[in-house]
Amino acid sequence: MHTVVLTKGVPDFREGQVSFDEDGHLERGKTPTVMNPNDQFALEAALQTRVRHGGRVSVMSMGPPGYKEVLQEAMESVYADDLFLVSDREMAAADTWATAITLSAGIEKLGEPDIVFAGFKTADGETGHTGPQANWCLDMPLVTHVISLDVDEDEGILRAKRLVEGDIEEIETVETSLPAFVVTDPEFAPSYRSAGDRLTLKDLREETKARAENYEDHLTVWDHTDVNLDPDYIGLDGSPTIVSSVDPIPKAPAEREATMVDPDDSEAMDDVLEAMQSALAGDAAAAGGD
Amino acid sequence: MTDYEHYEAIVVGAGPGGAAAAATFANYGIETLVLERGVEAGSKNVSGGLIYAEESAPYTIDDLFPGFREEAAERPITTYRIHNIAGSKVESFDLTRLHEHDTEWSDAVLRRKMDSWLAERVHERTREAGGGLLTDVHVNGLLREDGKIVGITTDELDPITADVIVAADGVNSELARDAGLMDWDEPEEWFQGVKAVVDMPADVIADRFDVGEDEGAAHLFSGDLFSGVRGGGFLYTNRESLSLGTVFHLDSLVAERAEPHELLDAMLTHPLLGQWLDEDYTEVEYSAKLVPDSKKVALREPHFGRLMVVGDAAGQMQAQGPIIKGMNHAVSAGALAAEAYAQAKSRNSPEDAGTLYAKKLKREGVMQKLRPQGYELMRGITERDSVTDLVDSVLTSSVGRFGVRALSGQLERLYNTPALSSMIPDTRTPYVTLPTVIAEELGTRIRETNDVSPPDLEARIENLTYDTDIGNPHITVLDNSFEASGAAVSACPVSAVDFGGGCYREEFVRTNGSEERVVSLDTQPCVECGTCAVVADTEWTHPRGGKGVEFNQG
Ligand SMILES: Cc1cc2nc3c(=O)[nH]c(=O)nc-3n(C[C@H](O)[C@H](O)[C@H](O)COP(=O)(O)OP(=O)(O)OC[C@H]3O[C@@H](n4cnc5c(N)ncnc54)[C@H](O)[C@@H]3O)c2cc1C
Ligand code: SF4
Repeated sequence: MHTVVLTKGVPDFREGQVSFDEDGHLERGKTPTVMNPNDQFALEAALQTRVRHGGRVSVMSMGPPGYKEVLQEAMESVYADDLFLVSDREMAAADTWATAITLSAGIEKLGEPDIVFAGFKTADGETGHTGPQANWCLDMPLVTHVISLDVDEDEGILRAKRLVEGDIEEIETVETSLPAFVVTDPEFAPSYRSAGDRLTLKDLREETKARAENYEDHLTVWDHTDVNLDPDYIGLDGSPTIVSSVDPIPKAPAEREATMVDPDDSEAMDDVLEAMQSALAGDAAAAGGD
Repeated sequence: MTDYEHYEAIVVGAGPGGAAAAATFANYGIETLVLERGVEAGSKNVSGGLIYAEESAPYTIDDLFPGFREEAAERPITTYRIHNIAGSKVESFDLTRLHEHDTEWSDAVLRRKMDSWLAERVHERTREAGGGLLTDVHVNGLLREDGKIVGITTDELDPITADVIVAADGVNSELARDAGLMDWDEPEEWFQGVKAVVDMPADVIADRFDVGEDEGAAHLFSGDLFSGVRGGGFLYTNRESLSLGTVFHLDSLVAERAEPHELLDAMLTHPLLGQWLDEDYTEVEYSAKLVPDSKKVALREPHFGRLMVVGDAAGQMQAQGPIIKGMNHAVSAGALAAEAYAQAKSRNSPEDAGTLYAKKLKREGVMQKLRPQGYELMRGITERDSVTDLVDSVLTSSVGRFGVRALSGQLERLYNTPALSSMIPDTRTPYVTLPTVIAEELGTRIRETNDVSPPDLEARIENLTYDTDIGNPHITVLDNSFEASGAAVSACPVSAVDFGGGCYREEFVRTNGSEERVVSLDTQPCVECGTCAVVADTEWTHPRGGKGVEFNQG
């Protein structure tokens, strides 16, 4: 079974990592790039498939050379076999559509994988378009919001549980023929219920340690000619999206005063309790007066 | 028959017993799956601990795992002393001879390091034969078909069948209980061990204990410092830390309503220990575990159908006077069980494996050590209360005291006699009365001061690592009346009367005008020692795989 996982590097939005300029614009140069957090679920789905059915996992990304480390991270977490980076100046400033075209060309060059996995939404774009659009070019059956899956190799079928309308309250089971394109939901959880699977997982972890250290030996970088794409259809030129302006979300005005209290300071805590009690009493009085 | 995943052999538990069984199966090329509930082997385990390689043993740990002493152990123990204590008077005997009797070598170990090292070797070797070792899996029972044991069930995996199952799941073995081989009813059958690991740089150890780089010291403590509770204390040197702990008869602990952590503190703060410990006392881990008393619980036929039980799970833990031997017997038993299966199978009668295993335990002399005949013979007389009272009153009388003085030259020799130490009756005489009288009559007063202030229970709990299985407590109190379960409030090593942050608490509830004394349980700080399985009315299991407490030292 050959699976391909699409992943992307995004700015590390965690507190202390991310930096913005005075106008509130993200400073990409100063903010470290990490693997898009939602892609972890796509990687785990690929790993589960690999553990249960064998075969190979390829991880692919489109982006600047700096994404190599993101691919290394992916290799470590999913014990991937090989890495592909589609990277070229011509591809810069691509929107989701141009990215999707580029990635689908990359996937086609790989041959015909059995399953392509993508994560749901990137942390920087938040559109959730790239996966489905790439699949529009590849024209495979598409299953989104997948929370668990199983493959029946003999029948050539993939069975998945998915959230209807992205709602955890409503889960449906769908079946599709392979090859297929799967977008995992952040609710995706892999399941290893047999000892054999867990032992395989342990083997893969061992095997991958050395591989991830020398990840560049397993990395292929392609430019637009390698994937046979016309520069007019990729990068900024190939992007139909026009971002007219970006409005910063205004910070909530901090009108109320905050006081820090040490929880071990019992006197200060007494004051807090008292304040809470009088606030509650006030509420009760207000409710009573209704 | 349902189509289950199958292995030829399953070993439950990756302590010394499980490791020995798995390595031996692998030596015979038998496909073996090892299941361990901890996040890593050793993360659930506690021992004193000195591991012995006995000259007379059928298997030793370094036979099965070359390189063990260099890579998994701490220090060889080359000095062994016991201290008889009465107040601040102490009379010490050198027990190195008893320690060296039948001993090829004996090393101090820390279980996280030891067991995880063993587990790596075990995984490599069992993997070659098509199996392997998995952590984070809690085996919760036996799988039966038509009333026969055919495999195991777990919290994490689908049921698995096997031709042979070795339960090496330690004290409070859920498998031995499921098979009806063990119950957890009688406090008399168990000890409770409590332990603190304390930081100490190697050069300070060398200096304070007068030991070279590849030498180590063991010190035992008995007498009146433990409020009359039957048992004793130990101190062993590791490479860069000390293991200090206590082992008490559980029934005595319950009878005296003693608080285990206070007994440990009584030892840590005794003036005698002032020569080794100072105000820089840094406790890195507090831990506890039940210990079976083989004299009473070692199973004579530790098998049932396809199941063979080894180590603590089968009660194979020998208290030879002050010397505690559990790990070495677990190793012997684990290897013998696997060997028995391999031989029975080669004779085309794998169903005879259990009987053969029990025979081997006898033939190799293991059973004789676990259940010494001398003890069985003497027990009828020496453990009668009237006899104990008589002996104690003679001992403490002027006649007894005269005797102790008259024998003074020979006491050390008597203490060093293996046959005597294996027969020691389970009464307060050898644990409390005799050492106290010896110290009073022959001892010297200790002038040293001891500046140790051990952490309180709250700090000890705070210092431990837990991955709590929220909303899924592994112990439930079945009868919360004080009569049924109140003993746990003091006997639980992480609970105490008037301490709200522990597992067991005493509460008073008003019902229909009358006040009822009950206990409540919060398993969050539980160190999974097993005590309340015996002293309280509970439904007791271990937590799910990887959950609960995680010891880093052991
Ligand atoms: C304070 C103290 C001091 C001691 N001092 C000494 C000493 O100096 N020398 C000595 O030889 N012995 C000593 N012992 C005893 C010794 O620790 C035991 O006898 C020995 O560890 C028994 O080995 P075992 O392999 O049978 O069980 P254990 O070492 O207890 O191993 C059992 C394993 O099974 C796992 N397990 C349990 N239940 C399950 C389950 N349901 N599913 C999956 N896995 C499970 C556990 O996590 C553990 O890894 C001491 C014990 C204590 C508490
Ligand atoms: S709750 Fe029970 S098992 Fe847990 S530490 Fe206390 S006595 Fe031991």
